[in-house]
Amino acid sequence: MAMQRESWNSRIGVILAVSGSAVGLGNFLRFPGQAAQYGGGAFMLAYFISFLIIGLPICWAEWTMGRYGGRRGFNSCVGIFNCIACRPYAKYLGIIGFVIPVVIYMYYVYIEAWCLGYAVNFASGRMIFENPQDAGDFFGKFIGISQDGAALGFAIDQVGIYLLLVFVLNFILIYRGLSKGIEWFCKYAMPTLVVLALVVLVRVLTLGAPVPENPGNNVGNGLGFMWNPNKIVLEEKVAGADGSQSWQKVTELVGRNQISAKRAEIDGDPNLRLKEITIWKQLGNPQLWLAAAGQIFFSLSVGFGIILTYASYISRNDDIVLSGLAATSANEFCEVALGGLITIPAAFAFLGVAGVAGQSTFGLGFNVLPLVFTKMPAGEFFGFLFFFLLFLAAVTSSLSMLQPGIAFLEESLGINRRQSVAVLGFMTVIGCMFVVYFSQNSKALDTLDFWCGTFLIFVLATVQIIIFGWVLGIEEGFAEAHRGAAIKIPAIYRPIMKYVCPVFLLTIFVLWVLVNVIGFNFETGQSTVSYYITDLAGENGEQASKVAWMSVGLIASVGIFVGLIISGVQHYKDYAKNPQ
Amino acid sequence: MTPGGWLILIISVGTVTALFSWCIYKVFTTPVDTEHMHGMKFETPDEKSDEKESD
Repeated sequence: MAMQRESWNSRIGVILAVSGSAVGLGNFLRFPGQAAQYGGGAFMLAYFISFLIIGLPICWAEWTMGRYGGRRGFNSCVGIFNCIACRPYAKYLGIIGFVIPVVIYMYYVYIEAWCLGYAVNFASGRMIFENPQDAGDFFGKFIGISQDGAALGFAIDQVGIYLLLVFVLNFILIYRGLSKGIEWFCKYAMPTLVVLALVVLVRVLTLGAPVPENPGNNVGNGLGFMWNPNKIVLEEKVAGADGSQSWQKVTELVGRNQISAKRAEIDGDPNLRLKEITIWKQLGNPQLWLAAAGQIFFSLSVGFGIILTYASYISRNDDIVLSGLAATSANEFCEVALGGLITIPAAFAFLGVAGVAGQSTFGLGFNVLPLVFTKMPAGEFFGFLFFFLLFLAAVTSSLSMLQPGIAFLEESLGINRRQSVAVLGFMTVIGCMFVVYFSQNSKALDTLDFWCGTFLIFVLATVQIIIFGWVLGIEEGFAEAHRGAAIKIPAIYRPIMKYVCPVFLLTIFVLWVLVNVIGFNFETGQSTVSYYITDLAGENGEQASKVAWMSVGLIASVGIFVGLIISGVQHYKDYAKNPQ
Repeated sequence: MTPGGWLILIISVGTVTALFSWCIYKVFTTPVDTEHMHGMKFETPDEKSDEKESD
């Protein structure tokens, strides 16, 4: 077994590395989109509750179990589960902790290349769009969405050269090691990222009403679209096939003047009405809770197995409770105070509700915002800053995805860092090329993200909190967490971590399966099987998607590869027989 | 933006900013004995055997 003497160089270094792992595209693109879609006030209430009962507990559990395993010479999820549970099954559960970060890296590094490519194209003055179609066409060409293989180009407006650069950068940093690579980079990247975000934030908040012919499209209303607790929507009466009539949402209205004008316009029209949706009605929607919990989950990088590995390099008496809270709060600051005030208000000020509502994370980030920056005074400069900050956020996250794989290969095969970097590099190059080649409709990326970046994360997070609360045990877990701690975990977290968090997680997981796999809609009561399922099973005589099957096969192959290695590692078996 | 929206915004942004600031303050004011005291070299069996052979 490898003898680990590598560790973090300073406490602030590990905090910046963990927060760097958590701060990513989700903070600046996914969070604002979700908050605006589900009603700012209601979403934030569910978001903070989720933060307190699943975000913080899983975070502290991961830090604690990571250091527990690290003290016994284990740095991978496989080794840490094995040393906590001391049962043969435990190390096989740890396979998920290798598969998730490594497979996510295969497509995340591709998205990272998009960010760098957009930053370079803004800096070189190539991003000039007249309308959403132009921005969409550029994005489609950049990522080769039209057909498989179309992304394989090395021109300045194609993704190839940027992918090569970010791949090399990631592996140089990971090769340099924990403190000289990851910690060193995060120490500079994280403060730079926050400063860049603050500069962009000031620009956005001083935009006013940038389109004179649409004074209602202004930053104030953009903030309202994002944060107002009650929503005013325009609804239209529609007739169903069976002759029944129902009201359907047409659009959301923001701003006193716009609402008054619309009210006067539809006055007397029996087929149109304005309806106020209160914060309490929004809170009754299970999909809002699912979205809020999911956002906390993915934003904090809990359930990825990354914090387990990072925390395993902390010395036995170093604080982990304050460090965990500090890293988490840094992520929350970037998400709520920066991401929550930049993206939606900027997009709304130029494009109004129609340009923002219903946008996906990528749609918002790579179609809407580039268009917004091209319309903004000094937009090339601010566009470059914004995409460069996304790039920095992405690099700090992708680096963290490699370390669990490196740790496992070193620990299980007894090879050195150079060799493990080579093995992991080979694996991730193959996976990344698969994602880049099968670029039509981003099918490979989308499928991997669904099954690995969402489904497996729920599974691993649930496994982690159960191992912490029920296998390691709450008392021993808290004793381990409080060793050298600068602050104590509040006592209320004992029942939360043992009972509330697992139950909440399982509930959210069931809801997630209902909504995203079975396709159940809580508002209409109807269900349509998710296309992720029909891609695999086929539908209405259409064949299943080969790319979807190959993507699932890729995930399974990585898992089988790890399983085969584990089955031959003697020191896992030895430790399980004679735990120390 | 409605007064309710301002309230939610201020409470949300204020809470995360205050928490982040407190954590940073606490991290920098809590003494850490082990700061900058860890080794950085990574040692594996093959490296150890290499060292022995060179000796």
